[in-house]
Amino acid sequence: MSDTIVTHPLVIGEVGPGCKKVDPIVVADGVTRTFGGLKAVDVAHVEIPRGAITALIGPNGAGKTTFFNLLTGFDKPNTGEWSFEGHSLARVPAFKVARKGMIRTFQLTKSLGRLTVLQNMLLGATKQPGENIFTALIKPLWRTRETEITAKAEDLLARFKLDTKSEDYAASLSGGQRKLLEMARALMSDPVLVMLDEPMAGVNPALTQSLLGHIKELKSEGMSVLFVEHDMHMVRHISDWVIVMAEGKVVAEGPPETVMSDPAVIDAYLGAHHDTDLGDMMEDKNPVLEAQEAAATTAAQREGGH
Amino acid sequence: MDWGQIFNSAAGELLSPVTAAYALAAIGISVHFGYAGLLNFGQAGFMAVGAYAFVVPTLLFDFPMWAGMLSAIAASVIFAFLLGIPTLRLRADYLAIVTIASAEIVRYIVSTTGLTDITGGAAGLSGFNGGFTALNPFPPGSYGFGPWTYTANQLWVRVFGWSIVILAAILVYLLMRSPWGRVVKGIREDEDAVRSLGKNVYGYKMQALVLGGVLGALGGVVYVLPRAVQPSNYGTTLTFFIWTMLLLGGAATVFGPIIGAMIFAVLLTLSDSILRGAIDAGIITFISGTQAGQVRFMIIGLVLMLLVIFRPQGIFGNKKELSFNV
Repeated sequence: MSDTIVTHPLVIGEVGPGCKKVDPIVVADGVTRTFGGLKAVDVAHVEIPRGAITALIGPNGAGKTTFFNLLTGFDKPNTGEWSFEGHSLARVPAFKVARKGMIRTFQLTKSLGRLTVLQNMLLGATKQPGENIFTALIKPLWRTRETEITAKAEDLLARFKLDTKSEDYAASLSGGQRKLLEMARALMSDPVLVMLDEPMAGVNPALTQSLLGHIKELKSEGMSVLFVEHDMHMVRHISDWVIVMAEGKVVAEGPPETVMSDPAVIDAYLGAHHDTDLGDMMEDKNPVLEAQEAAATTAAQREGGH
Repeated sequence: MDWGQIFNSAAGELLSPVTAAYALAAIGISVHFGYAGLLNFGQAGFMAVGAYAFVVPTLLFDFPMWAGMLSAIAASVIFAFLLGIPTLRLRADYLAIVTIASAEIVRYIVSTTGLTDITGGAAGLSGFNGGFTALNPFPPGSYGFGPWTYTANQLWVRVFGWSIVILAAILVYLLMRSPWGRVVKGIREDEDAVRSLGKNVYGYKMQALVLGGVLGALGGVVYVLPRAVQPSNYGTTLTFFIWTMLLLGGAATVFGPIIGAMIFAVLLTLSDSILRGAIDAGIITFISGTQAGQVRFMIIGLVLMLLVIFRPQGIFGNKKELSFNV
């Protein structure tokens, strides 16, 4: 396998873990984070392409969310440098990262329960003179901006089909609606890079489809997207690029069609049955036999490669 | 029992300067807790800082009234920074621990014998009210009616105290309807979410802490205007009285803390006078007058518990807003 050079339009040179991108939006170097004796993140080099939907996958405990937290300033690394659009962001506080146009969402949705849906949205907007404690006292100083962002918020709420809920407390929304609200709120600031931490976790299948649509829309509006996800079908469906992490390291990279068949990925993460529905498997196949066969095949492939 | 006398004194409490001072301090913790979600269990400390920063320079350096007020505000700002810088980056509980401890530290410092020359030690300070009385615009005479009959000086201290309460309420109203208030309320709900939207959470928490602290300090000034300043007044009981008032009225409301303070002051006087009256009249025989003073605090503790269990939103609070368990 390794004697054929694989290339891709997003990449300069050969595709592989840590490969150079044509137009990277985030470049990270030597980022490490240890928790006690555990090296949760140990990324030597990774670049995230601009204008594309990039998926960050990996088994539980691979360090995906920690890496997310580091990039967005919610956690401090032990070592490492990274830049966003050419500006170094290492050790920059989270709110400044967000102001630079790198907006994230959370795995466990953080809608602000006792604020209305509309207030949640307005909170996402930037450059509000009324957020200064002194100008806040004089309404004429912030009324214009307030009207602007309210109109924008209403547009976005309509797009995410939350417009009928705008006066309700966010705590009264369903789990899926909260995910939608969080994404809509992130868009209030016109971000350059949207970082979604497990956008599909806990969302029912009916809403999944519309969430997928919204993520694709972000790309068509010129934003770059980086998301952490476990659902392989979703990853395959919408991502342009997939970065695979295991034990804190980037172990593979590539377009979704090929990265899934990378033996390193299969070994590290997916297992032999990533493509089989568990139900089907139980009905008409012997899983143990199958697993042994798959392991043998992988081993043979590897030997062939060397 | 002289019911007329009992109700008269209770009604008088409604507009007393102490009630105004309580109301100011309660507005202060409504900014802290009700809006910004900061657990300040040391509001008595802010009141003490305000009171002493007002009284000490007035006595030592003959500060005029306005300079004394400015000194109280400046001292409370410094006190808020001292508390906030180490704790506001941590979880909410830490601020609670630090505030309750530092309020006690303030009380012990001002009552220590080593500082008697400056703070008056455990006996406190008096004789600083001249500057304030000299500013009295009301000519001598009797004002008002019924339980609210005042001399010119009594009227002046009430007008002054309640004017500050009204100004504070307007300030809080203006801030909380603004985008600033929205950010602060967002922080109460989830500070990481607000941080992820590009707001300087630490800065906003500090602003809220300073604002509420300054209001507490002004409460401290109003509290001492008609009397002497005494360190024993600033114990933790004072802080929990103010919390009771806040929860009684409704934490995240503009009028809640004011009405809460009024109701609390009236109930406190009423329960005391009724108990004492009943003892004097021989209706209650199993406790003494001194014990009655303690019993009413037990009653207040019970009221606070019942309030938090059965009506957590207070009198003015929005039921819907608090009915979610988030």
